[in-house]
Amino acid sequence: MPEWLIDILITLTKIVIVEGVILTAVAYSVYAERRVSAFTQNRIGPNRVGPAGLLQPLVDVVKLLMKEDIVPAKANRLVHALAPGISILVALSTFAVIPFGDKILLAGREIKLQIADVNIGILYILALVSLGVYGVTLSGWSSNSKYSLLGGLRSSAQMISYELSMGLAVLGVILINGSFELDTIVQNQFGWKWNIILQPIGFLTFLVSAFAETNRTPFDLPEAEQELVGGYHTEYSSMKFAMFFLAEYANVIVASSVITTLYLGGWQFPYLQTFGLPDMLVSILQVLAFCGKVFLMVLFFIWVRWTIPRFRYDQLMNLGWKAMLPLALANLVLTAIILTLFKT
Amino acid sequence: MQFTLEFVLFVIFGLGAIATAVLMITRKNPIMSAIFLVVNFFTVAVIYLLLKAQFIAIIQVLVYMGAIMVLFLFVIMLLNLQDEKKLSEQFTYKKITAVLLSILLAMLLGTTFWFGFSGKYLRLADTAEKLGTAESLGKLLFTVYSFPVIAAGMLLLAGIVGAVVLAKKKFD
Repeated sequence: MPEWLIDILITLTKIVIVEGVILTAVAYSVYAERRVSAFTQNRIGPNRVGPAGLLQPLVDVVKLLMKEDIVPAKANRLVHALAPGISILVALSTFAVIPFGDKILLAGREIKLQIADVNIGILYILALVSLGVYGVTLSGWSSNSKYSLLGGLRSSAQMISYELSMGLAVLGVILINGSFELDTIVQNQFGWKWNIILQPIGFLTFLVSAFAETNRTPFDLPEAEQELVGGYHTEYSSMKFAMFFLAEYANVIVASSVITTLYLGGWQFPYLQTFGLPDMLVSILQVLAFCGKVFLMVLFFIWVRWTIPRFRYDQLMNLGWKAMLPLALANLVLTAIILTLFKT
Repeated sequence: MQFTLEFVLFVIFGLGAIATAVLMITRKNPIMSAIFLVVNFFTVAVIYLLLKAQFIAIIQVLVYMGAIMVLFLFVIMLLNLQDEKKLSEQFTYKKITAVLLSILLAMLLGTTFWFGFSGKYLRLADTAEKLGTAESLGKLLFTVYSFPVIAAGMLLLAGIVGAVVLAKKKFD
């Protein structure tokens, strides 16, 4: 086989495996959300289908597929159908630049455990995050319903506001590493040198912005049920609704992976190399460490959702512009000053 | 001319850029125009990528598609421009601007065709790949072009202050 064909085959295999894992993880994070919320509210939650309700996601998907697909009269049919597609496409393609492990040697060939190693990795993520707004905004407009439109408008204002502090928080990490490459950033976080320790304020602002960008509580104003019926996806049903649902949880998983990569050491397992384990085992343990960290972050997302009530709209804007943005800016200036003073 | 992957991609996205640009100015519905402009920005970003200017490409997506056009859509939705007739042909200076811009566009197209057929810029410069990275752009911006960068920064600051002042007057 020619060299380029092998390269394409390896990349395709990586894409299929990663997307398969993410879609399964999305289905089970819905299940995890329902079980954790039940635990928080002293209920039992879904436990009928399969052992401990583990087959519930499968049944849910079948149910959503069988439902009738309703498009409101006077809706813009094309945009109405396009919007959930944009949402899920953006959510799933963000994972392309996230490294989920170090290199492994397979049949004498070095394989990087990352789909695309581009040297503008962070900017790619920020760009895709900023495109995610379109799914919400366009679905809100095309539904021809006031609740959807209000949800869409709220969402675009919220996401633009928090994108700024998110970008500024990331700049601190870029300053420390001197690179946009996610692989380099993870490589530099060996031992105890996780960015959460070097950049505590940056981590905090990034975490809060990530909650706002994924529209999760306490920032779930775009779909505030008490005020907007269902928000931007009020007029969606069947598989189109399911796609928004999938996109929300895919976003949670992607946000967790990005936080893990940037601040929690990515696939690094502290001091694993000092134990003298075989190379293959080390690689597998690193991938497992990455998955474990992402799982804990997803649990944190769910935990926060069932603990904290929703912000009011003015509180949201005040927090974004008067607290998060100055904090991220101060963090950036502080990092720059410390780096120029102490880095030789 | 060889039919490389780059050439095929360039033809696809170049035609796409032209098609979306035409669709953008012919749509009656302002939201559909905005959507086609977003797609147009995307095709232009891909053309930047083909020219090895990956930083510019990603900034095109990040700033134009992700921020500016979202604000455009936001404003169009808030204003709810149902009645397009009220908007059309109210300004006399609009036609003069259109004529001037058309002349400028014709000149740009003319030079492009001239250089295209004279074969001067058919090949990508060898340094293109190095020039397009964030590192080399940053170095150039903060050493050779530091004065224009600071001047542009002051201009933007003035713009922000002006926006705040205008908004404050309305609320007082």
